[in-house]
Amino acid sequence: MRFLRESFVVFRRQLRMNLRNPAWVIIGMMQPVLYLLLFGPLLKPLVQQLGATNAYTFFVPGMLAQLGIFGAFFAGFSLIGEWREGVIEAERVTPANRTALLAGRLWRDLIQLLVQALILVGLGYAMGMDAPLRGVVLGILLTLAIGGACAASSNALALTTKSEDVMAPIVNMVMMPVLLLSGILLPMTIGPSWLIRVSDFVPFRHIVDAIRAAFRDDFSSSSLLAGSLWAVSLLALSLWWGTSTFRKENP
Amino acid sequence: MIEARRLVQTFHAGRGKARREIRAVDEVDLDVAEGEVVGFLGPNGAGKTTTLRMLTTLLRPTSGTARVAGYDVVADSVEVRRRIGYVSQVGGAFSAARAGDEVMDHGMLYGRSRREVKARGKELFEQFQLDGLWDRMPKTMSGGQKRRLDIVMGLIHDPTLVFLDEPTTGLDPQARANLWQHIAELRTNRGATVFLTTHYLDEADALSDRIVIIDQGRIVASDTADNLKNEVAGDLIDLEVADVVHVPIAAETLRAVAEPPSHGIRGVEVDGTHVRARVRRAGRVVPGLLRNLDHDGIVLDAIEVHRPTLDDVFLTLTGRSLRDAEAGHRTSADGASGAGDAADHDSSGTPVLTGAE
Ligand SMILES: Nc1ncnc2c1ncn2[C@@H]1O[C@H](COP(=O)(O)OP(=O)(O)OP(=O)(O)O)[C@@H](O)[C@H]1O
Ligand SMILES: [Mg+2]
Repeated sequence: MRFLRESFVVFRRQLRMNLRNPAWVIIGMMQPVLYLLLFGPLLKPLVQQLGATNAYTFFVPGMLAQLGIFGAFFAGFSLIGEWREGVIEAERVTPANRTALLAGRLWRDLIQLLVQALILVGLGYAMGMDAPLRGVVLGILLTLAIGGACAASSNALALTTKSEDVMAPIVNMVMMPVLLLSGILLPMTIGPSWLIRVSDFVPFRHIVDAIRAAFRDDFSSSSLLAGSLWAVSLLALSLWWGTSTFRKENP
Repeated sequence: MIEARRLVQTFHAGRGKARREIRAVDEVDLDVAEGEVVGFLGPNGAGKTTTLRMLTTLLRPTSGTARVAGYDVVADSVEVRRRIGYVSQVGGAFSAARAGDEVMDHGMLYGRSRREVKARGKELFEQFQLDGLWDRMPKTMSGGQKRRLDIVMGLIHDPTLVFLDEPTTGLDPQARANLWQHIAELRTNRGATVFLTTHYLDEADALSDRIVIIDQGRIVASDTADNLKNEVAGDLIDLEVADVVHVPIAAETLRAVAEPPSHGIRGVEVDGTHVRARVRRAGRVVPGLLRNLDHDGIVLDAIEVHRPTLDDVFLTLTGRSLRDAEAGHRTSADGASGAGDAADHDSSGTPVLTGAE
């Protein structure tokens, strides 16, 4: 109860700040639309080679993961500004629960992600995507889990580095291999076997596979279970990391 | 209210070979009674903010213990947080949010209801002469208004103990005087205990019952301003001798009354035709001194007696003037640290919290 209250106060404060700058909100909403309209058609003629039947059923899950992972990677940057303005210290000196301070910020990121996901899925259906509702719901849940994990890690990284100049290269260094090895845009299965084996070590690939399986209504697939486990573990781990950076300031 | 024993905080600065340990706070003992207003005085980088952050549970002490408002800062940090208010060096409001929203949200993190914090916030706005600024953004406020807003945020939950980190730095003299009045009222109107840091001597002098001086992480004095001035620095007697050949005799005569351990503090200095000494109470010394000089036929051009300032206190205690200490700290921090980002922030003079994180 107290936790929800406190995280809601933080959430509302964050949301208020975001809405003061509607440009970001609009950019956030445009992103999935542009991807679907401008990149989707390119994929259409290739879809047979990729082993899928419907381009959008294949493509929308990838876009969901992309939004969840990369949108959230940048969530932490605004935290550095908050720290500079003394907002973090002021919140940390109150008796509020430390996880609530993090969670309030995550709610904001997750709501944005949820809206983006709904736009994406809605548009996907409109363009001929063929996916069952339960698969879509599960896919979105996985997206939120992975988005929450990335946002929490990004916040933790921000409070650890406290400098955009230090954080930006780290984020880029993580992003590149994740983008290339998680099969977001093209499935890893069309690659050579060594590349597939490398990508086995990237948890994000399993999560992307799981979202695709959910959209195909392939609930018996082992990749669904593996991906879900990965998503939940990453979320738990990053929540723990994020909370600990709010708890103790590393000098 | 505050009881700290051998508090230590060490930081690491620099990388690789240049890496070294900074003892920002070094075995600090503090005792502050209920209702006291204590001024924590020290030059840049002395360890004021670091001490405050340990007492407010923001930073875990490397070693040592502290009880604040009756609770241990490490074991019972939540209980401490409930009872204290902390106004950091940079404040704590989003500069682009509405002031009233920020104050209410802050209060609600203490578990207060919306109605409660709204009423309390409006009341405090009035008390701190911020009427009409409820919907304004902090970034459009004057320095003094912004600082008062920060203090209002720190008071929204009616703490019994308030920590203020450099409440008036960067304000013009008028805004400072105004803020001093508000700080003085914290105790008279609310009975709050106040612990404030400053590097302004006049501020410590004007506001506090007691002054604690910190230098390079160590407490070097703790007493009332008057006692420090009398006991530590003492009054300065400055004789200007008319004829330079009389200087040695004048010095000898002064020495007879102003040599430790009688009334004197540090012995006699000669500088051209000037002969100076510091004594505990000039009033006890000067009449006899004048009689003796007159008796020896020494003619004076001038005789001046200066009441001591806190800068004299600092000089006596550390061998440096407070202003030199500030300048010295800045240059040495710049030169020595290189990769150390803490010192970089420090010297750039940005309102960043001294790179303390
Ligand atoms: N996170 C940190 N890492 C490394 N050194 C630090 C850190 N925080 C503070 N220091 C160093 O500790 C010393 C004390 O800093 P502190 O901020 O407590 O000083 P201060 O008395 O508050 O100074 P000011 O008047 O400038 O605010 C300084 O030498 C500072 O550079
Ligand atoms: Mg400071």
